[in-house]
Amino acid sequence: MSVDATAQQQGAGVSLLRDPKVRAVFFQVLVIVLFAAFVFYVGNNTIVNLEKRGIASGFGFLSQPAGFGIGIVVFMDYVAQTSTHGDVLIIGVINTLTVSLSGIILATILGFFFGVLRLSKNWIVNKIATVYIEVIRNVPLLVQLLFWYFAVLSVLPVVRDSIKIGDNLIINNRGVYFPSIIPESGFAIIPVAFVIGIIASIFMSKWAHKRQDETGQQFPVFFASVGLILGLPIIAALISGLPFGFEYPKASRFNIGGGWVLEPEFLALLIGLSIYTGAFIAEIVRSGINAVSHGQTEAAHSLGIRPNITMRLVILPQALRVIVPPLTSQYLNLTKNSSLATAIGYPEITAIFAGTSLNQTGQAIEIIAMTMAFYLSISLLISMFMNWYNKRIALVER
Amino acid sequence: MAIVKTERHPELPPPASQTGVVGWLRENLFSNWLSTFLTVISIYVVWQAMSTLINYAIIDATFVGTTREDCTGAGACWVFIKARFGQNMYGFYPEAERWRINVGYVLGAIGLFLVLSDYIKNKKWPAIYLFVIYPVVCYFLFYGGFGLEKVETSQWGGLFLTLVLASVSIFVALPLGIVLALGRRSDMPVVRMVCVGFIELIRGVPLITVLFMASVMLPLFLPEGQNFDKLVRALVGMSLFSAAYMAEVVRGGLQAIPKGQMEAAKSLGLGYWQSMGLIILPQALKISIPSIVNTFIGLFKDTTLVLIIGLLDLLSVIKAGTTDKNWLGMATEGYLFVAAVFWVFCFGMSRYSIWLENKLHTGHKR
Repeated sequence: MSVDATAQQQGAGVSLLRDPKVRAVFFQVLVIVLFAAFVFYVGNNTIVNLEKRGIASGFGFLSQPAGFGIGIVVFMDYVAQTSTHGDVLIIGVINTLTVSLSGIILATILGFFFGVLRLSKNWIVNKIATVYIEVIRNVPLLVQLLFWYFAVLSVLPVVRDSIKIGDNLIINNRGVYFPSIIPESGFAIIPVAFVIGIIASIFMSKWAHKRQDETGQQFPVFFASVGLILGLPIIAALISGLPFGFEYPKASRFNIGGGWVLEPEFLALLIGLSIYTGAFIAEIVRSGINAVSHGQTEAAHSLGIRPNITMRLVILPQALRVIVPPLTSQYLNLTKNSSLATAIGYPEITAIFAGTSLNQTGQAIEIIAMTMAFYLSISLLISMFMNWYNKRIALVER
Repeated sequence: MAIVKTERHPELPPPASQTGVVGWLRENLFSNWLSTFLTVISIYVVWQAMSTLINYAIIDATFVGTTREDCTGAGACWVFIKARFGQNMYGFYPEAERWRINVGYVLGAIGLFLVLSDYIKNKKWPAIYLFVIYPVVCYFLFYGGFGLEKVETSQWGGLFLTLVLASVSIFVALPLGIVLALGRRSDMPVVRMVCVGFIELIRGVPLITVLFMASVMLPLFLPEGQNFDKLVRALVGMSLFSAAYMAEVVRGGLQAIPKGQMEAAKSLGLGYWQSMGLIILPQALKISIPSIVNTFIGLFKDTTLVLIIGLLDLLSVIKAGTTDKNWLGMATEGYLFVAAVFWVFCFGMSRYSIWLENKLHTGHKR
């Protein structure tokens, strides 16, 4: 597709106008000039318009008090009167990340589950998975979100008639309440033990790998890791004498105090995003597994490897190479789609920062640019991580 | 003394457990204990789900009536959809003028049929009709002019607006996407940079922020006094957004064309635009048609997002209906209806795309 191929033609008698190199330079200069003119025109209009409306550009608004309430705030304190638009931005970012991360985990589980069901030889199981995928993929996400929020979660009983499961799980139209853990002194040992467990299991898996290479003996890495990661914190908690208490949600007539709560906005968004993205992931998983040649399965079987080990050691590692790139873009889509929360009032960055803050301050350019920059950097981060992972599992050829 | 059978033994029928209904059941539903277990659970789940759904949507549902009070059954109140059907389909488009939209639908259906049909080999005139004449006719038909009463776009709504948004965006996005894809593969660094920058910027952000940008920032970008209407602003946002996605689809198609095609075109003395227009693009677009249809499905679903910037598409009209004080508590019916409408459109298009893929997939098929 190279234009240079024709460069040899240029010689005596060829007009400069027909020289592809000259044309290329001319065309690019034209593009630059047009682009600059466009930027100048737009910039000029913007400055005039901003002056007319009396809006001072700049980021000073970030330290002005916001003055509106936010329904869901975690990890920080927010007071409508004193907290600033900068705080609003941070809350928005935290909420976006919370719902995206939980959504990614749930959607992956759902997607792999239904992707495998879709490949099942059992006719009815296969059809159930197909129906799930075909129904969910062909209905707009926004419709699904509104459905979950207004048609399912909002019609749950009011506080007075809450559904109680056991004594500690309370469900009503304000959310799902469950006991919270109140740390007491010495609580820090539990997360520390958890981290130690993770590190220890990483070293153990390396050691087990090495031992298998040298002696051929296998080691139950998976169960040992689970034991380490879950067992160590439990042992630590028991030794230090359970340094935490529970606070149970208490229902009064009109309100529920104490405990932790998952708000309906968060739940609707999480359920909607996970189910929607899960359907796409299921298709990706199915096509990834199908992409592994059937000869691989036959070869494994002829070596006497049992079916589930064939799946785990032969098919899945090869399928992952096909699955990972489109999976990445689904994770990105999920993160971007979390912006639909605007419609159901979950306070993530688009809803409160690009919505409420923008309406209050009128700093359209700064706010939209910051919001876009946030999503762009998330996209970059996720794709960088996934590229690294992809490279790690990519086919190493001789 | 060997016993040798001299005649052929009559053929036995296959075992009853491996053929017919029984064989199918054994093979597909009860092949081992795990499968049997799954089958039993699945049948229970399906039975529960189907009976709930059918009871809700058909048996216990109310179909006849005009107000909320007519819905006495325990199931769905489809009266809600029926009573506001005109609004759901056309928004606030004046009732006396709604025939214009229907005429537009019919003209569009004829054009689509002519272009997509297998029976018509020469697609030149159908294409000119659908892509040049039809949009112009529609503009005057829907907006007004030539003696037709003017209908402001703020009165457009319902499914009609959804279809307008989707078709105009795709109509703008496809050519723009082709240009962007060509730019991205260009040898000129400046052109390439501009195209890559635009595509990656748009693909990295959610559609809502693009729509916000279009609705909040476009008025700032233009000289004072020039104000677009809301629909046009949404259309600009949606078209730019889908153009970026379309560009990547077309680029995929371009990359699949072997280099030899371009070299052959060059050696025949064709210039860049000639070789692109006559040799490369027809092949590239043909193989990317299924992906283009998929992008269109995505775009069609994304039109619902205009709800957030306050346009009255199908979803917004239904949502507005559910907050009407005469029709409180109709959220389930409303959203199920919207979901069903979108499902029919999107599922139809996705089947079409699969069918097309199989039809165009000549060659390496096993």
